[in-house]
Formats: sequence, C-alpha cells, structure tokens
Amino acid sequence: MKLHLLPAHSLLALLGRGEVSAEEVVSSFLHRVEEVEGDLNAFITLFSQDSLTQAREVDKLRAKGERVGRLAGVPIAIKDNICVQGKRMTCGSRMLSNFVPPYDATVVRRLKEEGAIIIGKTNMDEFAMGSSNENSFFGPVKNPFDSQRVSGGSSGGSAAAVSAGEAPMALGSDTGGSVRLPASFCGVVGLKPTYGLVSRFGLVAFASSLDQIGVLTRDVEDCALLLEVIAGYDPQDSTSIDQHLPDLVLEMKKGIKGLRVGLPEEYFSPEVDPQVKEAVLRAVNQLTLEGVEVERVNLPHTTSAIATYYIIADAEASSNLARYDGARYGYRAQGTRVLLDMYSRTRNEGFGDEVKRRIMLGTYVLSSGYYDAYYLQAQKARTLIRKDFEEAFCRCDLLVTPTSPTPAFKLGEKMDDPLLMYLSDSFTVPANLAGLPSLSIPCGMTREGLPIGMQIIGPPLGESQILGLASIYEQVASKGRDGL
Amino acid sequence: MDYEPVIGLEVHIQLLTSSKLFCGCSTQFGAPPNSQTCAICLGLPGVLPVVNRRAVEYGMRLALATGCRILPECSFSRKNYFYPDLPKGYQITQYEKPLAKDGGLEICLDGGRKKRVRIERIQLEEDAGKSLHLEEGPTGGETFIDLNRCGIPLLEVVSYPDMRSPEEARIYLETLRQLVQWLEISDGDLEKGSFRCDVNVSLRPRGATKLGTRTEAKNLNSFKGVERTLRFEISRQHALLRSGKGVRQETLQWDARAQAALPARKKEEAYDYRYFPEPDLVHLQIGKKWIEQIRESLPELPSQRRERFMNQYGLRADDVRILVSTRQLADYYEGCLRLYNRPKIVANWIIRELLRELNQRRWGPEEFKVRPSDLVGLFRLIDQGVISERIAKEVFAQMVETGEKPKRIVEERGMVQVQDEREISSAIGEVLREEKENLAKYRAGKIGLFHYFVGQVMKKTRGKANPQLVNRVLKEKLGD
Repeated sequence: MKLHLLPAHSLLALLGRGEVSAEEVVSSFLHRVEEVEGDLNAFITLFSQDSLTQAREVDKLRAKGERVGRLAGVPIAIKDNICVQGKRMTCGSRMLSNFVPPYDATVVRRLKEEGAIIIGKTNMDEFAMGSSNENSFFGPVKNPFDSQRVSGGSSGGSAAAVSAGEAPMALGSDTGGSVRLPASFCGVVGLKPTYGLVSRFGLVAFASSLDQIGVLTRDVEDCALLLEVIAGYDPQDSTSIDQHLPDLVLEMKKGIKGLRVGLPEEYFSPEVDPQVKEAVLRAVNQLTLEGVEVERVNLPHTTSAIATYYIIADAEASSNLARYDGARYGYRAQGTRVLLDMYSRTRNEGFGDEVKRRIMLGTYVLSSGYYDAYYLQAQKARTLIRKDFEEAFCRCDLLVTPTSPTPAFKLGEKMDDPLLMYLSDSFTVPANLAGLPSLSIPCGMTREGLPIGMQIIGPPLGESQILGLASIYEQVASKGRDGL
Repeated sequence: MDYEPVIGLEVHIQLLTSSKLFCGCSTQFGAPPNSQTCAICLGLPGVLPVVNRRAVEYGMRLALATGCRILPECSFSRKNYFYPDLPKGYQITQYEKPLAKDGGLEICLDGGRKKRVRIERIQLEEDAGKSLHLEEGPTGGETFIDLNRCGIPLLEVVSYPDMRSPEEARIYLETLRQLVQWLEISDGDLEKGSFRCDVNVSLRPRGATKLGTRTEAKNLNSFKGVERTLRFEISRQHALLRSGKGVRQETLQWDARAQAALPARKKEEAYDYRYFPEPDLVHLQIGKKWIEQIRESLPELPSQRRERFMNQYGLRADDVRILVSTRQLADYYEGCLRLYNRPKIVANWIIRELLRELNQRRWGPEEFKVRPSDLVGLFRLIDQGVISERIAKEVFAQMVETGEKPKRIVEERGMVQVQDEREISSAIGEVLREEKENLAKYRAGKIGLFHYFVGQVMKKTRGKANPQLVNRVLKEKLGD
C-alpha cells in the first residue's frame, strides 16, 4: 500500500483500526520526500528525526488505549511563515535565514493538541510575495507535474508537497491567492477561509488586512477536517471572529439540490486560457446535472481588483516589514558603523528584489501627498469590490470561476515582467479584498498534462456550503474518471 | 507693536496599568533592562497586539473628568519611523478617530482668576523603548537599548493654543498632573518620565485672531523646563518679529550648555510618518453603558471638592487650594472631620503643622503614618486640658517621627499639663522670690512685666503648666 498517496482521513482510519502505525505513516512520507525532494525543492527545513519520535509516542498512546487527538499520527507540512516554537522559520528570506521563533502560532498549537506531526517547513516566495514561488532565497519550487514549470505561489512548497505525496496535508497562507493559485497549479484542494476565521497569531504578517492561513489537501474531506482543527476564535488575534463554527464535515454532506451558483462574467473574459475556461464550464455543467442552478452575474469592479490589491497589500507590507532592520534579530549586514548604514545595507542585502519593489511601492502610496490619491482611493475601491460580492450573493449562494487565467507557466517566464506576474492573481485577489472564503479544486487537465483549478467563492462564513459543492463535484469528477 | 504669545501643549502621560498596552508584560519601573519584554512588545515576526481594556478605561476617566466627548468608535493607526528602540518600526497610536475630543480644563491663575484651557483630543498610544548612548567605547560611540518601556500605555492630551503666557502653561501642566494623579491613572512622576510635554508657541499682534508661525519643542520633562523654554522662545520670536525677520516653523531643543533653545537636527523634521489605519486591531466600540460605568466610578474631582470645601466648611480659598492639592490630603482632612467636626481647627493644623513636618522631612504621603484617629486624639488631649497647644506641637512631631499614639507619647515623656493649683502657686512663689528687682519695677507701674513672669513660670515648669491657670494665680498673687 502506498501510504503517501492516501488522504489524511484514510490514514486516520487505518491508524484507528491499528492497521498501520504512525511510525510507518511518517516513514512512508519521509521516504517519499527523499525520493522527490531533489526535483521539487518543496521544503526549506525538515524535521525527520523529531517527527519519527513523535510518531512513536502517538503509537504508544494508541497502544495503551489512551485518547488521542483528531489528527494523531498524521504528518503535516507548514509554510515557513508560520511559527513553530524552537524551529527555524525563514519566510523564504535571507533576512530570517537564522531566525528561531520562541513561540507556536495558534494554528500550530491547535495542530499539536490534535496530535498532528509537523514534518517540516515548506518553501515559499519571500515573505509570501509572489505568484510563482521563484522569489525564494532557497530557490524555486518545481511543479510536480512538470519540473520546467512553476508550482505557483506563494505557498508553492505546501502545494507541491501535498501534490507529490510528501505530506497528506499542509498549511499555507493566502493574501491574494497564495493558497489557491499553487493549489490549482499543483492539482490539489486549497482553501482560504473567511478573513478572521483562522487566527493569524504566529503568521508572519505580509498584509494584515488580507492575510489568512489556509489549508492544502488531497481532497475536500481533508480540507474540512483540517479547517475544523485550526479555525476558531483566538483572543490573541483581535481580528478573529468570535462565533461558533458548525461541524464542517457533517454540514458539507447535506447536499446541494437547488443551490444557486453564479458565474461572474468578468472571470470568463477572452484573456482566460480557452482550455481553462472549457474545463471550468464543463465542471459547472456536471454540477447542473446534480441539481445546481446556474446563473450569470456581474462583478463590475473586478478590473480594479489588481490595482487595489497591490496598493493595499504593499502599503501594509511596507510597514509590516519595517521590523527587519538588523537591530534585534535576523540578518545584519557586517561592518557598518552608522545606524542609517546598518539599516540600508541590512535591508538591501537581506531582502530580495520583489520584496524591495513592494516595500518601495507601499512606502510611496502612504507618503504624504500621495496617500489620498492611492491608499485612500484603493480603500474606496475595496469597498466597491466588497459591495459587488454582497449584491451577487443576494442572487446566488456561491460563485464559481477559474482559479487562475492560465495553468502553471514556465519557470522564468514572467520573472522579468512583474505586472504580467501580478495578473496571475486577477481571479484570487477579489476574495481577499472582500474577506470571503474561497476554495480551489482540481477540475481536469490541459492537453499538456497540467492541472486546472476551479474556484468556488462563498459569502462570509460560507465555508460549509463551499465544501459541500466541492465535495459533490469531487464525487462527480471521480465517477467520470472511473467511467473512462 | 505689542505681541501676545499663543501657546499649545501636548502632554504624554504614562498610565499606571499593571500590564502594557498590547501585551501582558509588566510595567513596573526600574526592572533590569529588557527583563519586562515578550514576543509581542519585542515585535517578533508573527505577533499581534490586543488592546488592554484597563488602559482604555483610564483614558475614559480622564476624558470624562475633562468633559471630553468619548467617541462611540475609536481606531488605531500606525505611525511609521525607523529607530532601534521602536521594535516594530512603527508606533501604534490614534490618528483618525481618537478616544475622546473637545473638552477642557479649568485652571486657577495667580490672584484667583480662573481660565478654561480647551482640550482638542485625548488619545491612547504605546511608548517606545529607551536608548542609552555612550559617547565613548571600544568602537567609538555605543548605543544600548532597553525595551522595558516599549508598549507601556500613554495618553496623549492635546490642548488648543489657549495659553497666553509661560505661567499659564505651567499652571495648566500642574493642574493636569494633579488631575491624573487624583484619578489614579498615572503617578505623574516627571523624573521617571511619566509626564512629558511638547510645547508649541507663536506670537501674534495683540488683538489679532490669526495665528503666527509656531515653533515646537519636544519632550520637556520639567515644569521649569517648559517655562524656561517658552520664555526663551517668546523673546527670540519677539526679536525676530521686531526686526522684521519672520519666524521659521521648526522644532527646537533646549540646549543646557548654550542655555538656549536651538533648532533640533534637521533629520527629525523631515520625517513622513506615513500614518495609516492599524489593520491588526478592529475599531474599538465604546457604548453608553461602559461610559456610565466609568463615570460612576469617578471620584469627586478636585474642582468639585474645592467648591464643596469652601461652601460646606467655610474655608478660605487659599487654604482649600492647599488641602485639595492631592487626593490623599483632602481625604485625610475629611477623615479627621468625620471624628472631630471642627473644620477650621483641623484645616489650620493640617496646613501649618502637618505639612510643615512633611516638608521638613521631604516626605510624601507614603511615609506619613499618623492616622486621622491619632491626630484627632491629639486634639482631644488639648481640649481636655491634658496638654497645651504648644506641647501638642512637640507631641505631634514625635507622632510623625515614630508613628506612636499621642496619649502614649504624653505619658511616657511626662508631658502632661500641670493642673495642680498648689504646684503652680509654688512655682510662682519661687519666680517672684528670684525676680525681686523686676517685681519692684512691676509694682512701680511697669505692668508689661506680667507676661515676663508668666514666661518664667512656664520655663520653670518646662512648659507644662496650664497657661490659663498660671495667669489667674499670678494675678491673685500680685494682688490685681
């Protein structure tokens, strides 16, 4: 049995029945990492010995018949911008290449409480800034389907790891599509929850009003399971939602008859790759056969989303990244004698080009004399984008779109054209701007053998409906495949 | 032309909360450097702030005490600048929507005139750490950083430019400091930096309404410093305007060596703080119920208490000002009155004797151990004729020193007043025998010597004789 190809809920069933041990499960994944990591570069740091030790402890607990957590013995990979106490956390940057956080992120604490085994920290675009995972100080992550192509970013390591069977589940972070885009490029399920559903405490801030920790899994059930474990109010995060969450795994099985799905016209524009459009529409068609009602809707301010996003995200980033100055921790340039010199050389040497570009952009839009024209204007546009969604959700329950206009592109293809790169996020950033939950699920392959992702966007706290629709689609799609 | 100064003040007041504004670290003063820090106030990657409700409530107290309007929703902003003692690279402060707006503080000027200084806004913000620069060191200058203070809650109180002289500015500061101490939201300790002040000043032709160009001086930490800087700056601006040169808007710093306010380094003026809303904090809703709760918890304010002391106890304004200078003293006074309802006698005693003893010792209220019941005990001993008022002062000094009860001191040291007529009579006899010459002069008409004889009797009895008794018996003996 190839354990590393199984989703977490299947592994948990085997573990629960005692058919495999946690040690075997972890070994199987570690073995797989050894096999493919040389090609993929999905991990920055691996905790092989620690995770085996923890697996044996889980096995001992199970053998003694003691109660174990909901994820006991399941390996999980964590994006390297989420704090795990005592383990190096780099954020894909030279700046933090030697930084060891002294505390656990809230999500990590919850995972540990449920017995999950953290096997390593995954590669990412530096400080989560990027759409291709080529902006990592530790090198790009390769796409498991084609090593000439990008994994998508910025949670490329997490997506590739799940896709290639290096881990059954992973955490990523999504500020403008950083979970969903790589999920679609690597053919896995990726969910960005409602803003505030998952605590950001311990997630290194990129753009605080947009950041949200998300999950990457092999299937929809795992997605629900993992979200249930990490979601919930956290008094340490003032922006976290203080509301009881329904049982997602149960809720999503309720069925979707009569569910109204909207197709926003702006997301099916001529710039979208025809194969992508076709795959998504085919999926929607299959869903109508299951009783879903489909209608066309409009989100007229979609075209402003990228500009709005890059102003707000970079403004916040310019402030969030100010703390990396070499004074207290992280990288510090050598041989500087004057304070200003220490700052500028530390930041010049410690940050990569894309991060510097965004800090400059963000600093500019907040500067006196420009604030009103850029930042304030962007906040207004953000409100309009949010209103677009509110109106759409009066007419339908969920929205379905392509996750990305194109499938995974070639390494290096967009590195010299930042604007073209930014456009990869066109369909994912609106959900962040509006704080909405959004999921990407594989919906077929291109003729070249690259995965295509379908995005389902829901109203605030609409996770269970999203997961419900995704789960039905998953069943329909697998039936279709079995039929072939 | 006759110019008048226009002065506005921004005061930063450190709050007395036990934990910091956005984390649980202690705010205790004087701990070893960097011992009161955590991931949050150190600004480590991934941390988030959570607002300390107590700090908000302390701000609400001052807002209500100064008649400010507490906004139903206030928000936090980031003020961005690089400095090693600012770990996040930004300070969380309030900008667009402060905690409270539009109030005022009544100040009593010399001569009893009252004036209201309007308060524009009261806002919450976090303090930065402390940098200690050493001029010399192995590599030239070295800088040490202590982040204990980083994240301690501050209230910034911004006045309108309503003050017209350095004295008014000082009185405003004294009144505000007294108020925050009275409300028990700050120790107002200037030396510890709990009460720091930025001043701005401009001149305009008397009678004009348009404001002139202002200059600013930051981080003054003594009232004297404020007055001195303002005096200097007013005369400097005066000279500039008189000679036809304009005033340049700039930030000044008091230079102790030059005894002058000199322009601060240019760099500090060039800052663009790039304020924007703090995305890690949601807007803070302050409902009517919360406001009422705080209002009910407010003590009687100094102004209200002054008023009441004058009406209820018939005290003079000057005495009231002294009695109400601190909440402890005013409470002490009324604590005594509850046991001994003679307002003027108690007031006099406190103002003359109690404060004199404290001032002599340079003691604060913490060191003063005499309870109201003991002070009242002393009054009763006087009333019962056990001791004279003069002896009482000595007894009181002992009480302050040792904390002992008055009765015990009187008994132990044999200070009980001599009431025995025979004893007094024999002392008078002795004095008259010794003072034959003076006695003759007295008989010859120099009656002023009567008081001299009384004095000698008192001396003989080491002050313990009951003076009224001495008077009566002496008169009898002299045959008047």
